[in-house]
Amino acid sequence: MASHTDDVKSELISLLKQFTKTEMEITDSIHIMNDLDLDSVMVMELMMELEDHFDISIPLNSLPDVNTVADLATEISTLKDQT
Amino acid sequence: MMSLLERVQQFAQRHAESEQDFMAPLGAVIEHLYSATEGSINGRRTILVGTNNYLGLTFDNNCINACNHATRTYGTGTTGSRLANGSYAGHQELEDDLAKFYGVKHCIVFSTGYTANLGMITALVGKGDTIILDEHCHASIYDGCKLSGADVIHFRHNNAEDLDKRLRRLGDKASTTVIIVEGIYSMLGDRANLAEIAAIKQKYDALLLIDEAHSLGVLGDTGRGLAQEAQVEDQIDFITGTFSKSLAGIGGYCVSQHQELDVLRYMSRPYIFTASPSPGTIASTRAALEIIQTTPSLREQLWKNANYLYDNLKGMGYELSPEVSPVIAVNVGTPDNALNMWKKLFDRGIYVNLVMPPATPNSKCLLRCSVSAAHTSAQLDVVLDAFANLQSPRLNEKFA
Repeated sequence: MASHTDDVKSELISLLKQFTKTEMEITDSIHIMNDLDLDSVMVMELMMELEDHFDISIPLNSLPDVNTVADLATEISTLKDQT
Repeated sequence: MMSLLERVQQFAQRHAESEQDFMAPLGAVIEHLYSATEGSINGRRTILVGTNNYLGLTFDNNCINACNHATRTYGTGTTGSRLANGSYAGHQELEDDLAKFYGVKHCIVFSTGYTANLGMITALVGKGDTIILDEHCHASIYDGCKLSGADVIHFRHNNAEDLDKRLRRLGDKASTTVIIVEGIYSMLGDRANLAEIAAIKQKYDALLLIDEAHSLGVLGDTGRGLAQEAQVEDQIDFITGTFSKSLAGIGGYCVSQHQELDVLRYMSRPYIFTASPSPGTIASTRAALEIIQTTPSLREQLWKNANYLYDNLKGMGYELSPEVSPVIAVNVGTPDNALNMWKKLFDRGIYVNLVMPPATPNSKCLLRCSVSAAHTSAQLDVVLDAFANLQSPRLNEKFA
């Protein structure tokens, strides 16, 4: 499970780099909206990209508990396991 | 941790800073109205090009007389909800009128367009169900989705293939999914790709709800909206709309071919716990609905005006919304440019809507014009002259 989540995290970080203009290293604890300077519209676009990349559905209502890169990677892993 | 009041104070500070930059757009007060399309704002006679008053019926004599008569007969307000205080005859008559207009048997009247969407979405779906909505949908739809507790998923704007893909991912859950789109999208004025979306809805056996707020009275042979124009009315499960645009009042509705709609009103908290529309509002709305049906020339004039404004703005080199409609959005690039252009138009006696991110799709800054059948050629020429004289750099960015 850990390695599965690590794989997801690696792909996620690669996708996040395409969305953010900041140069900072993207680590587990990075806050997606605050640290990566993403507004709500960009986050919506990011979610659709993630859905397509991982071929999953990410309900918007699941996002309030998702703050960091690690949170999002865990959420994606869980959703992938459910499909 | 920040206290609740400290959080409000933080918002107040941001709001005060915003008001300094946007004082004119947010602080515009209409002191007098001379007609449906002209008023006095901050002491200046101003042509109104941001009202959504598509058919220009706010000063129609029949509507005003009906409102006056109902107010004198039934009073100014209902002072409560229909479930608690009872329905007035006018409420039921308007529901009958709307159902007959759409050729269906079932209708609920709500107190605003906002509560129509909130009320329908929360009654239809709940936890464990799914909503798939076009990413450009109105805030009332987003709020209804949030309140419902259902899983909420976007599909890319007007992209039927993308909708298909997202429904496929849901598997068996697709059959407990409601798809939500709009007839004319409020910011860019483009139509939903409804025929393709309806076909996909049929493929997955989902439900389809369309908000015709900006298309009622505007599209279709008899003004019923996009579903009529696209000839897919029999495939639409629920149509919501508002009285506050073409019908020149305030209120909302849902019509449906499904008899279940009659029961949904008892499951809809935004319906149950809101005071019902006032007698005057109901009466003027009934009169306006009658005018939509008997005066197609208003719709023809609206489109003539929309085409005239759109074609001439485009001819000046402005980047416009993707298709002609009574909502014409001019993409003006940066926030500073948008505010500067808005102020110049305002100083020349033209009021358009200044719309900034995040209220806009694709983070665009827009000068949003809404055209009315009541705009005269002379008024539209004044508007065009003002746009022609703007000294702002032309826009390089294309609409996505």
